Amino acid sequence: MPKLTVDGIEVEVPQGATVLQACEAAGKEIPRFCYHERLSIAGNCRMCLVEVKPGPPKPQASCALPAMDNQEVRTNSEMVKKAREGVMEFLLINHPLDCPICDQGGECDLQDQSVAYGRGGSRYDENKRAVTEKYMGPIIKTVMTRCIHCTRCVRFAEEVAGTEQIGAIGRGENMQITSYLEKAVSSELSGNVIDLCPVGALTSRPYAYEARPWELKKTLGIDVMDAVGTNIRFDSRGREVLRVLPRVNDDVNEEWAHDKTRYAVDGLMRRRLDKPYVRRDGKLVPASWAEAFQAIADVQAGSSVAAVAGDLLDCETMFAARELLAKMGSTLIEGRQTGLKYDVSSLAAVNFNTTLNGIETADAILLVGTNPRWEAPLVNTRIRKAIKHGAKVYGIGAEIDLTYKVEWLGNDMSLLASLPEAVAEAFKGAKRPAIILGGGALAVEGAHGAALALAETFNLVRDTEDGPWNGFNVLHMAASRMGGLMLGWAQPGGMADLVAARPKLLFALGADEVDFSKFDGSFKVFVGHHGDKGAAAADVILPSAAYPEKNGTYVNIEGRVQMSDKAVFAPGDAREDWSILRALSEVLGHKLPFDSFAECRAAMIAAVPALGFEGLASYDWSPPKLAASPSGEVGYPIKDFYLTNAIARASATMQRCSAELLHGEEMLEAAE
Amino acid sequence: MAEAAHIPDEAETRARWGAFAFTDENLAKAKTIIARYPDGRQRSAVMPLLDLAQRQVGAETQTQGWLPVPVIEYVAAMLDMPYIRAYEVASFYTMYNLAPVGRYHVQVCGTTPCLLRGSDDVMAACANKGLVKGKTTPDGLFTLTEVECMGNCANAPMVQINDDNFEDLDYDRTIGILEALAAGESPKAGTQIPGRHTSEPEGGPTTLKQMVDANHDYRGEW
Repeated sequence: MPKLTVDGIEVEVPQGATVLQACEAAGKEIPRFCYHERLSIAGNCRMCLVEVKPGPPKPQASCALPAMDNQEVRTNSEMVKKAREGVMEFLLINHPLDCPICDQGGECDLQDQSVAYGRGGSRYDENKRAVTEKYMGPIIKTVMTRCIHCTRCVRFAEEVAGTEQIGAIGRGENMQITSYLEKAVSSELSGNVIDLCPVGALTSRPYAYEARPWELKKTLGIDVMDAVGTNIRFDSRGREVLRVLPRVNDDVNEEWAHDKTRYAVDGLMRRRLDKPYVRRDGKLVPASWAEAFQAIADVQAGSSVAAVAGDLLDCETMFAARELLAKMGSTLIEGRQTGLKYDVSSLAAVNFNTTLNGIETADAILLVGTNPRWEAPLVNTRIRKAIKHGAKVYGIGAEIDLTYKVEWLGNDMSLLASLPEAVAEAFKGAKRPAIILGGGALAVEGAHGAALALAETFNLVRDTEDGPWNGFNVLHMAASRMGGLMLGWAQPGGMADLVAARPKLLFALGADEVDFSKFDGSFKVFVGHHGDKGAAAADVILPSAAYPEKNGTYVNIEGRVQMSDKAVFAPGDAREDWSILRALSEVLGHKLPFDSFAECRAAMIAAVPALGFEGLASYDWSPPKLAASPSGEVGYPIKDFYLTNAIARASATMQRCSAELLHGEEMLEAAE
Repeated sequence: MAEAAHIPDEAETRARWGAFAFTDENLAKAKTIIARYPDGRQRSAVMPLLDLAQRQVGAETQTQGWLPVPVIEYVAAMLDMPYIRAYEVASFYTMYNLAPVGRYHVQVCGTTPCLLRGSDDVMAACANKGLVKGKTTPDGLFTLTEVECMGNCANAPMVQINDDNFEDLDYDRTIGILEALAAGESPKAGTQIPGRHTSEPEGGPTTLKQMVDANHDYRGEW
């Protein structure tokens, strides 16, 4: 624990900390461009120069200098001021003065720091360097003349994303940052380099020239594109969410977000359901809310009613729907749209128990029928970190590129019951072993049971020196899944139970993945926000709010309860889901007992208290005994990362990503 | 570099070089080189391997060789490293050619000591023989590049042609060398001053004169 002084303030920092971190601990701001907490240290921008004694009589780069006992650091001396001005002057030599037309303007590190630490005027009147633009794909817009060569993007691609496609070519004055042969960067996390870029060299292509940061209203939200529950910020202007940025939450998403989180929001302005529709003579025609409600009441369903919850729903909506059905006399509610029917008698057995943070510390990981790179890219980065710390990763399923080395055991689920000896040995010897069961595996009969049996064999739930460890994980893909399960949205037989009950009335709450052909005899009411598969099959459409348009509670894969705020209003006649259900309940004669969102949430918390506390919900570990003889191949449920839900499918950006990054080769072949 | 040739069309180079592989002889050399580095550090061999590949390309095309993209990828794949990392190396060092060059790659040093000693004359000689900076002559013989210091300042001005240095040049000597090369001869490498061997002082020693024939103790004279 080195003790040193920064401008006379004594600080003690952990062993291995840098002088820059010590300065921050002392409350001193150190300007920097290349240094980033979550990336390796490069030390090439030289902006963080400070004066350090003992040491050579010249300013030193604090980001790359280890803090040591009895150092005297000065951050406010004349030497430091001059050094910063000098570095800034050099950086600005080749940086164009195009701030007025630069999208980074207003949130640009270079702009801010040149105001704070620069000279104020330029002495340079030679020609500036110009660099050709580099194509980096449908997400990243490049203006490489603005690049100051901090190499954050290069380090991010290599260290976090694991797709080494960005590099610096040439040398000296001619150094250029580029993707390999100027091809699109094929990473699900590529959007993060836009946030990392301290200048306007890498900016967001879909958001180009849309708005200035000071025009935007910032609302804290939770992402629903996958089940990780990424903490995000909606940046909106008027009625439109213009962009989504990640917030820092070390327990969930660190400070990353994948491209679908960031760029699917342009789908919120397309294919929207903005008024109620009723099917007349086989055609959906616009109607008033009263007509739509009446059409539902006319079904006279009695208690023959069922509901399916979609993947993007908040807990409040699911609670309101559950209460409505309960009042009508039905408990037929199901959230696993595609027909999964795994056992949910113990929520711990379908939870990501290791926690997102914990999986980093695992030393042996078995992936069973899961493609974390697509099902939860941020879990994938955590597994990458575990590997860097020395973990071994095995996989059962078809071989895919997960950006790290996986020892594939084969695509045969019977392996789960009889693991190869080497793997069994590795798991027995491991201190913190973990199994990750994907959605594909849950679809295989007996796989859940076999995995739970493995948990017992390898003693995955144990006490370690650093506290309790539970290595049994299920990786869900739907943001609504854990919340839905906590609210009881599961039938023992899954969707088949609903089909067998032949309900007169079927509520599809944003459910687009259901096989509606099995519900031919039912009157289908779609409560949702996008005109997708669910709306096409519906008899009545009630337009509702998408995730930035309502307050809501979400539970992520590890059972973390998080609340999201409303950023904008839903378009047209669309209303928030809970209020639709409340209004409908009155028409159906089963009035729900809440008149505001707050009352709805309070009622939900009264029913399921765990949903009232933001943070990890605790599930008792009492795994059920299940049949454990899986066999056959396992498939990965996500066929197209960019088009997994109605919002993403409506998004022009996601469509372009899908076409270019996933089907690029096919398109080229078709063109030939 | 501003005058550097642009990387040739990708589709064309892929068609021509897509099937590139080391010859048996070079493969054996490559394996020896890789074996010099510890296991898991095989990437360290990227520079000698790129050089080897460039020489093989040169042998196949009767030129000084260059590194087409598929060849860089072949080397990267052999070392299990991402393509961009090998490409970074190839683009960083000027002695890896990213565009085809002629049979003789004429690299004229234009850094200060050579400039003071008359590198302009060397450039003029090249220009008069039809060489253009960054371009290959129509007969495919010469490619001219201006480079920075090659570490031969005691013999300035100098030019590196393929693997040989030609030093102590002036206009006529440069013309002579280029003409000899064009005629298929191999002119003497090294210093071009008759009687000079390497980088010793021209016209005999200027200091420590008494040391030339026998050891001499200078200490009494200080």
